[in-house]
Amino acid sequence: MATYGSNDLRVGVKIILNGDPYTVVDSDFVKPGKGQAFTRARVRNLKTGRTIEQTFKSTETHEGADVEDRDMEYLYTDGENWTFMDSSSFEQLEAGATAMADAVKWLKGNEKCVVTLWNGVPLQVTTPNFAELKITQTDPGVRGDTATGGTKPATLETGAVVKVPLYMEEGEILKIDTRTGEYVSRVKA
Amino acid sequence: MNLAALHERASLNQQVRVFFAERDVLEVETPALSQAGNTDPFIDSFSVNTPHGLRYLHTSPEYPMKRLLVAGAGDIYQLCKVWRRDESGKRHNPEFTLLEWYRLGFTWQQLMHEVADLLHTLIPHLQKPPRFCSYREAFLESVQLDPHLATEAELSACAQAHGIAISGEMPVQAWRDLLLTHCVETQFPTDQLTFLYHYPASQSALAKIQQVDGQAVAERFEVYLGALELGNGYQEQTDSAQNRLILVQDAHTRGHDIPVDERFLAALEHGLPECAGVALGIDRILLCRMQRDDLKQVIAFSWEVA
Repeated sequence: MATYGSNDLRVGVKIILNGDPYTVVDSDFVKPGKGQAFTRARVRNLKTGRTIEQTFKSTETHEGADVEDRDMEYLYTDGENWTFMDSSSFEQLEAGATAMADAVKWLKGNEKCVVTLWNGVPLQVTTPNFAELKITQTDPGVRGDTATGGTKPATLETGAVVKVPLYMEEGEILKIDTRTGEYVSRVKA
Repeated sequence: MNLAALHERASLNQQVRVFFAERDVLEVETPALSQAGNTDPFIDSFSVNTPHGLRYLHTSPEYPMKRLLVAGAGDIYQLCKVWRRDESGKRHNPEFTLLEWYRLGFTWQQLMHEVADLLHTLIPHLQKPPRFCSYREAFLESVQLDPHLATEAELSACAQAHGIAISGEMPVQAWRDLLLTHCVETQFPTDQLTFLYHYPASQSALAKIQQVDGQAVAERFEVYLGALELGNGYQEQTDSAQNRLILVQDAHTRGHDIPVDERFLAALEHGLPECAGVALGIDRILLCRMQRDDLKQVIAFSWEVA
């Protein structure tokens, strides 16, 4: 596996820190004119998603994290694990709740996801940027009210709850931005 | 690439030349490729293979300019490209433009005022007068410890208390550098110049040393705008034996990968006149003048696309 010097810690580089895989989110080189150089970086723990600030000495080296992104299709869940399939090798993998995190809210089956693997184990599942999902429950709509911009909660077929315009009805299909969890538009059936 | 920055740079260079012409300071040029390089342990030179052996791209024109001073050149300045390996970031580019000048008979305090005059000319939106602050005062104000007296353990505990995550051990000076860059510099006001002086003697390079409140400190200053370091000045060490000692020690610390500049040391034996000298980073001054925050915005073609 690759090793990186502190000068190589550019955005997107993945390293092992305290035993966990991290990705560099931001980094800058700081050095007093006549003194020791440092790299100040913000790094995200790929297991927990938590971002921390870390300073590295210029002379340090860092072990690269064996992290791989694979395009996989979501198949089904048994409630504890979520099963994905590599569409070219047909290999199947199970991701646990930690790796799924918010992704469970947007998946009903057959979506093309990116599964981030560390040493072959799923770390993180990234869903497509947009999901099209049906409203299963919402309070009755206010007919004709399309202008005031008010919202109400609606439960979708995957169990996710999103804010929708007041005129939306049960049974309608919505386009959701999965990165923000926000309603984008109504999908014509 | 930013065309406005090209025009700003041209006009800045012109103002620099007018400033020194009015003060009778002579513009000089010295070689960019030298047979000896900079032995400073924290500054790395690029080397170039030539038919006449390995030569080093200068990291500052200090040594040859001092040879000119010994030869009787009088007050001199140089505006030139310099190179430092592995220094790359928003505020560092491995190739950059340095303005270096030497004033005979000046004290470092007089030179600080001349630096302020020049910077106020080049950065017109600077309105407030500069502030002057010793290395010790700056640390006491921002991290409440005396940098000359604090131990490695105290400096490391202070870094931890300020939320700096770093692993491993470091010598005392490296902890001071860490606190300086992470906590002290960040407190400097953004609307006026800060002159920081009286660095620990271990940080003297080729500056004179004096005793202040029982501490050996360097007659050396750095000038900042906000947290951005713009330049470094000295009361130049004129004792040739002392200069040799520093260069030889530095070369030893480095592992003798860079030859000591014997021509420079030989010249000093003829007597460097009493003088103060300073070097300013022109690209960073241009950043301040144009109120930008990344060198890529003021350099025609940055390192990545050069």
